[in-house]
Amino acid sequence: MALEMTGEYELPQKREVVWKALNDPAILEKCIPGCETLEKLSDTEFQATVKLKIGPVSARFKGKVKLEDIDAPNGYKIVGEGEGGVAGFAKGQASVALAAEGAGCKLTYKAEAATGGKIAQLGQRLISGSAKKTADQFFANFVEALADYK
Amino acid sequence: MSATGIGAAVRRKEDHRFITGTGNYTSDITRPGEVRAYFVRSPHAHATIKKVDVKAAEKMPGVVAVLTGADLAGDKIGGLICGWAIFSKDGSPMKAGAHPAIAADKVRCVGDAVAVVLAETLAQARDAAEKVKVDYGTLPSVVDPAKAQAKGAPQVHDVAPNNTIYEWHLGDKAATDAAFASAKHVTKLDIVNNRLVPNAMEPRAAIAEYDQGNDSLTLWNTSQNPHVARLVISAFIGMAPEHKLRVIAPDVGGGFGSKIFIYPEEVVALWASRRVKRPVKWVSDRSEAFLTDAHGRDHVTHAEMAFDASGKITGLRAKTIANLGAYMSTFSSSVPTYLYATLLSGQYAIPSIYCEVDAVYTNTAPVDAYRGAGRPEATFVVERLVEVGAREQGIDPAELRRRNFVKSFPHQTPVIMAYDAGDYNASLTKAMEMADYKNFGKRKADSEKKGKLRGIGFSTYIEACGIAPSQAVGSLGAGVGLWESAEVRVNPTGSVEILTGSHSHGQGHETTFAQLVSERLGVPIETVSVVHGDTDKVQFGMGTYGSRSGAVGMSAIVKALDKVEAKAKKVAGYMMEASADDIEFKNGSFTVKGTDKKVGWGDVTLNAYIAHKFTGGQLEPGLKEGAFYDPTNFTFPAGCHIAEVEIDPDTGKTEIANWVAVDDFGVIINPMIVEGQVHGGIAQGIGQALLEGASYNSDGQLVTGSFMDYTMPRADDLPNFKVGTTVTKCPSNPLGIKGCGEAGAIAAPAALINAITNAVGHEKVPMPASPSAVWKAAQGGMKRAAE
Repeated sequence: MALEMTGEYELPQKREVVWKALNDPAILEKCIPGCETLEKLSDTEFQATVKLKIGPVSARFKGKVKLEDIDAPNGYKIVGEGEGGVAGFAKGQASVALAAEGAGCKLTYKAEAATGGKIAQLGQRLISGSAKKTADQFFANFVEALADYK
Repeated sequence: MSATGIGAAVRRKEDHRFITGTGNYTSDITRPGEVRAYFVRSPHAHATIKKVDVKAAEKMPGVVAVLTGADLAGDKIGGLICGWAIFSKDGSPMKAGAHPAIAADKVRCVGDAVAVVLAETLAQARDAAEKVKVDYGTLPSVVDPAKAQAKGAPQVHDVAPNNTIYEWHLGDKAATDAAFASAKHVTKLDIVNNRLVPNAMEPRAAIAEYDQGNDSLTLWNTSQNPHVARLVISAFIGMAPEHKLRVIAPDVGGGFGSKIFIYPEEVVALWASRRVKRPVKWVSDRSEAFLTDAHGRDHVTHAEMAFDASGKITGLRAKTIANLGAYMSTFSSSVPTYLYATLLSGQYAIPSIYCEVDAVYTNTAPVDAYRGAGRPEATFVVERLVEVGAREQGIDPAELRRRNFVKSFPHQTPVIMAYDAGDYNASLTKAMEMADYKNFGKRKADSEKKGKLRGIGFSTYIEACGIAPSQAVGSLGAGVGLWESAEVRVNPTGSVEILTGSHSHGQGHETTFAQLVSERLGVPIETVSVVHGDTDKVQFGMGTYGSRSGAVGMSAIVKALDKVEAKAKKVAGYMMEASADDIEFKNGSFTVKGTDKKVGWGDVTLNAYIAHKFTGGQLEPGLKEGAFYDPTNFTFPAGCHIAEVEIDPDTGKTEIANWVAVDDFGVIINPMIVEGQVHGGIAQGIGQALLEGASYNSDGQLVTGSFMDYTMPRADDLPNFKVGTTVTKCPSNPLGIKGCGEAGAIAAPAALINAITNAVGHEKVPMPASPSAVWKAAQGGMKRAAE
């Protein structure tokens, strides 16, 4: 894949609570930046609509999000692929790992992303920045959502 | 020389309409009832097409039709073709994969069309295109020509195993290997000739109109050769019989080769127009142009040059892998073969040359001729080898060149070409004077005091232009002849219309062709008009590329003018009761030898049409003649460019401190237009060497797909060029013209990289020599110097 990212977050909640939140469509819908709908198709599959803007290209991506390699409560891999019409496509995956740490929990992720079509043609220069920002935004939202999550 | 004849710096007649917005480009044309076409294009570099669902798109407002590759195949519309057959070393023909105008089973590059939406407005067509659902099965892709033939590489076309289209060669391998075996010194280089996006100012466009009453089609398109487009679309694609298809290429805003070819969109427009029985208009946007115009260059080469003890070149050998992209474009096969390896002798008497070229498919846009087409790649190989060879042997690069120049003509090279005339020492000497070469050392020392690196580089290039003798190119695999046609229509009032098979898309034919007529007939250029680009007006023509319009196109006009003059003399003879043999024609007047009898041009032209002075039995009325001219040889423009650069080693910024170009174009019709061509060519050559480079990522996505990421040269990147000429007349055409359209783009990259490598002190500088690349090279050079 064309782009790789890693990150690490200290979370104030216990690992089991964080794990539950990571599997909760309502939380995911709230936290995925630009997410307009997230529909659960099965325990591991969701249908999503996400509005993304990368540089000059703004598009609504429709696609599927799947959870793979589930190892509760240690982590999973989240795999997504979306079509944005003439804007092209975006796909990515992130391996998320949770480790208990004191009263809280440490989340690390390793993500890969690729784009194609117009979004790659026009937004290339901005993709790594946009992807990193989107990932950071997701986890910032996630930390916030965790504050009163049980 | 008259004020408007051959050699006069006449202002371009066509510029008034261009600079006042009154030109007539394809996208300016609106046909009654037209629909707009918008293509749905693949975002994947390589994928199978499982399903194309157009139902939702068809229901969108304003949509007239949504057509797919299956519809195209159903109507038995043929695929696009490559018109130059190349044979591999083993005698097998090139392996050309099918190229449907809309992909049906598989897409092979990003931008491949999978459907076309026709709607009342462009906005409606774009909106509906969003609703076309394509189910792709993505496949791994290959983009790097050097990796295309590797075992296990993704296969672009089943007919071409290992993505290999042909494995071609030229020259005498045994003799060349022997020269290397006995060489005193061998210079070796690995060269990547970077991929370029043509970026003509006017993007491509097409309007197709079906006439139900006559069952005929008209196509307005941005073509450099409308007759060839008509021939191919008729005979090979099977759209309509040739006499039922009219192709008009009106004003065209630059081509640089990219508008020679027949493209999918114009085929689709014609087909769609007949299907929906309405005119169909398609205009490329810049993003589409980046993805779908044929790109240029993209060679990977290993080259070696052998020298004897006296610095004489004894042999040259090269192995090149040429990337032809996902499909073979119209003339793609000829560019890395007969337009490339045939020029590897440069300006030098090299006894033995051997070149191997593998052409490969990749999941990238098709690659075809781009300003210079093969000859810039050849010049880069030869001129880098010579310059590096000089450095390695401690010989001044100018001196090494002098020792090896071809000095007597005609000169037969070991790679087909027979140079007819030239004086390479003259252009080198003049360029060195203009560049003040002898004081370079002082300037270098001054730069060093400022902490800057200074370098100087030569490029003594040669090109084969005036393309080309039909029989010769036919024997090399060309599917067409490369003559040119002309018709001279003289009106009763004496004004003249020149109908030419050449096509002007920036070259200034309306001016230079009129200058030729003004010189020959003694008429003001205002009374001469040039008609081109319409298959209904001009009988046939081969178009404009390969610097051929002067040497070939104007030679055809000369032949027709000869016939006009002969006929006019007969008319004048009847008017003055003298034999045509006794009539002399000079400065627009006809006189009877040895008398004071005289009639003017206008009197003669009027009498040709009123036909009162002769009977039908004596002479046909009218004054209109046509001619076809087939050249006897290529022409060989050549010259010397010297680039001088100053580099800031801290930032990698290369400043071009001086640029001298001394070219031998033979006889020059209009020095101002020639200088403009030289300026434009150098700008494109500097663009290639310093700024431009098309780049695909490993997924086959074009990541230099807009002007944000693909750097075109701008005025502040370029110095004031010092342009000079030397003249040896071309003996192979009646005007002595060699051609000038491509020289700058051919010469410039080698001169500039030779200068930059001279400045940094080693040869590892890639193209484009961007600031980061030059910074790295400069740091490496200084590290090496310190060691």
